[in-house]
Amino acid sequence: MRFRLNEQDVELKVSPMARLLDVLREDCGLTGTKEGCGEGECGACTVLVDGEAVCSCLIPVAQVEGTEVTTIEGLGAEHPLQRAFMDEVGAQCGICTPGMILTATTLGRRPSLAKIRQGLAGNLCRCTGYEAIYRAIHAAS
Amino acid sequence: MRTATSSLDLLQPRSLGEALRMLRDEGPLTPIAGATDLYVAVNFGTLGSSRFLNLWALDSLRAISLRDDSLRIGALATYTAMIRSRLVRRRLPMLVSAAREVGGMQIQNRGTLGGNVANASPAGDALPVLAVAEAVVVLRSAKEERRIPFGQFYTGYRASVRRPDELIVAFEIPPLDGAQWFRKVGTRAAQAISKVVMAAVRGPRPRIALGSVAPTVIRLPHIEEALAGGAAIEDAVRLLDQDIQPIDDVRSTAAYRRDVASNLLRRFWVDTESAS
Repeated sequence: MRFRLNEQDVELKVSPMARLLDVLREDCGLTGTKEGCGEGECGACTVLVDGEAVCSCLIPVAQVEGTEVTTIEGLGAEHPLQRAFMDEVGAQCGICTPGMILTATTLGRRPSLAKIRQGLAGNLCRCTGYEAIYRAIHAAS
Repeated sequence: MRTATSSLDLLQPRSLGEALRMLRDEGPLTPIAGATDLYVAVNFGTLGSSRFLNLWALDSLRAISLRDDSLRIGALATYTAMIRSRLVRRRLPMLVSAAREVGGMQIQNRGTLGGNVANASPAGDALPVLAVAEAVVVLRSAKEERRIPFGQFYTGYRASVRRPDELIVAFEIPPLDGAQWFRKVGTRAAQAISKVVMAAVRGPRPRIALGSVAPTVIRLPHIEEALAGGAAIEDAVRLLDQDIQPIDDVRSTAAYRRDVASNLLRRFWVDTESAS
């Protein structure tokens, strides 16, 4: 099967029912995408499919055929959100951070605090208490 | 950790017709739409099925349109699509309210109305909305189309009249008079499965539906009748036990659900006072 991954064409021989999360981490070697709960509650495994935030633990890989998938690696290392998360200490253990940042990229320009809070409702963080994350997104958007 | 999905079959039709033929000729198959619920059970190894039918590519099932003055929502319309749809916002704002409280954004981007109904959980957030809107479920097989009133769709806990060779293709919602109301009570707004969920319409004849208080989503016929006859809300609330059968489970207790259901009824009545 084929799809675009971080702006590159990929062609893989994988089970169509394999989790997108596993294919990204194990077949594509992109371990920036993290597994948290594995049941769509925590958002740690968030990636973008055609620009929309989704839980990669809940997607059979067949469903991304022909789409554009973006993982945290696809943002490069100097995305303003990545810089702001460091400046504001929006990451502690770091497991939720890739998903937080990818979800934040879909919130548009200058989102209100209410929009940031609502937009991140599907991304759980057990370390920061969220305030530093909201500040980082506010600063970078 | 990789889950045990490599031995599972996934058939991938390119059209609705092909999907229906596969269901007829190659069944039994478990249809998968946005996968947000069913795939959890697949990954945990708790689902009995091993052969699946991928509906996600069937774009013809995503449309939201007006047809003969009914709002028609394709089974693959996602919660995000319903939130964004002007037609849904105008005609069925309580469905938008329900869609906003399903999961977080990631779930809303994939979960579908057809999936919510087919999954048949008594806690499905969109189900009370369809119940009070008196939606019609449009089922199709390779042989025929059937149109089932939503109130007759479920036959018991997680059981419906859908046959193994049928797919839900759309929902048709006739025009609705009155003030629409929706409220979900769970541990938190996002990502929590409902302890009690209610949709209601204050129109010529009040309509009220509750989820998570019986084996299926239910309407409240005794209370609706009392309110239509002019009963005070406190008198109507006393009839609640005739209409609901809540249980203790992992998410809540029967007593809590009964209290919350009573309070939601009172809140609905106060909130929609000006519409009466």
